[in-house]
Amino acid sequence: MKTYEEINEKILSGTAVVLTAAEIIDYVEEKGIEKAAKEVDVVTTATFGPMCSSGCFLNFGHSTPKIRITEAWIDDVLAYSGIAAVDLYMGATQLRHNDPTNLDYPGEFKFGGGHVIEKLIKGDKLQLFALSYGTDEYPLKEIRTQFTIEDLNQAIMVNPRNCYQNYNVGINTSNKTIYTYLGKLKPNMGNLTYSSAGQLSPLLNDPLYQTIGIGSSVWLAGAKGHVYSEGTQHASAVERTANDVPAEGAGTLALTGDMKKMNADYVRGVSFKGYGVSLALGVGIPIPILNEDILQKTTIRDRDIRAQVIDYSLDYPMKTGKVLTTVNYEELKSGSVNILGKNVEAASISSYEKAIIIAEILKSEIQDGKFTLNKPYKQLPPNQSMKSLKTGN
Amino acid sequence: METKKILLTFNKNAVEKPIVYHLVKDFDLVINIYRASISAEEKGLMVLDITGSSEMIEAGINFILSQKVKIEDAQKSFRWDSKLCTSCGNCLTHCPVNALHISDRKTMKVEFDEKLCIDCMGCIPNCPYEACGSIFEKNW
Repeated sequence: MKTYEEINEKILSGTAVVLTAAEIIDYVEEKGIEKAAKEVDVVTTATFGPMCSSGCFLNFGHSTPKIRITEAWIDDVLAYSGIAAVDLYMGATQLRHNDPTNLDYPGEFKFGGGHVIEKLIKGDKLQLFALSYGTDEYPLKEIRTQFTIEDLNQAIMVNPRNCYQNYNVGINTSNKTIYTYLGKLKPNMGNLTYSSAGQLSPLLNDPLYQTIGIGSSVWLAGAKGHVYSEGTQHASAVERTANDVPAEGAGTLALTGDMKKMNADYVRGVSFKGYGVSLALGVGIPIPILNEDILQKTTIRDRDIRAQVIDYSLDYPMKTGKVLTTVNYEELKSGSVNILGKNVEAASISSYEKAIIIAEILKSEIQDGKFTLNKPYKQLPPNQSMKSLKTGN
Repeated sequence: METKKILLTFNKNAVEKPIVYHLVKDFDLVINIYRASISAEEKGLMVLDITGSSEMIEAGINFILSQKVKIEDAQKSFRWDSKLCTSCGNCLTHCPVNALHISDRKTMKVEFDEKLCIDCMGCIPNCPYEACGSIFEKNW
């Protein structure tokens, strides 16, 4: 048994024993759970992939004369301005003004909120265009100017839903190509796409939210951020399989961090043909090894994590609830999976390679005493289900 | 017999010349065109393999140069930017020849083998990060 305080003391003195969630598997197998739990202080988990429910609050400071912004565009991408005079929220999936969308199907969706966020973090120059109706104390009605992230008072990433705990695998059983946020899915189960770091994924290594909770420190694209809430659609009351890993999409995290401290390698705008734009994000979460049970959970292997295969041509859009089959991450990462008797090529939309790099970076930051852990002040809801939207009368 | 990969750039007033015809007929070269875009409105591009004896390849290249057509050694028209690639792997199922591939399933790093690429461009619309591109596209 260890406490957060003890682990942080070891981190600050540079003596903490830290392993990644990939390394811990063999380590525990070799040493045994009891010995390993005494030795290891922290296991680092990570993920990199498109996380749509992301965005940022930007504060521009006041111009002379002042403006109370009511409509705003950054590089022609609409930002939400119904907040205060010069506060804006840029959402990852917002399209550029005049994007032809799917009028010429499948649309290309070359640029949007995710790309604006990437440019900001790169330090690129962006254009702000804003309108107002004018008031006595905020008389300016229009402003067009260029800025970089350095010119802003605050640029704070606030992501309502990241790090989905287990995600389904997309396939297409119809006879037409379809375009989804899991990429292009070829007809007649011509390919399939998954999106998870598997055995490295944060919430698959802490499936019952024993250490990841509200207030936990996270590595958010290079900045030290934290979990500020349960994520939207957090649905923990689901069927669970080996090691308490959920059988379907379950818990989610709401994350925040200072964009001025982020690294653009881990914040990338993405374009999905026929679907839209989004933001791919790198997240690392340290798991303090407080006891043997917590350590045991981090030894989850790809082969023990099963994902549901969903038909995106019918069952996903129509919400039928039908699951074609389940597959494990060892099979998925091999590049070819047998689905209902057919060998289907498998690819991912998240990056395991980047997830490993992030888990290693976080490990070194903790070993070097640069990244300490926060004890969450509140647990994520452990037994919560998800509601559906009712339509009609 | 040897094979050489070349990229031809035609300026606007050279687009009417039947260069490929002469390469076959006069120099006995085997031509394999991967991709071509030639119009009187803009300059033209052609990426091809020429196969034949080394003397004939040299003679053919001299003929092309005499037609005021620019010639470069080229690994086809496809361009892969390793710095923009995140190794998500979404391209893999859209590459029919495994030019884009993962050789180490432990690291899951995506790699590109130029020699295998057939310039089909199937990966380009399937790269969310614009790491895949082609000189035939406007942006290049």
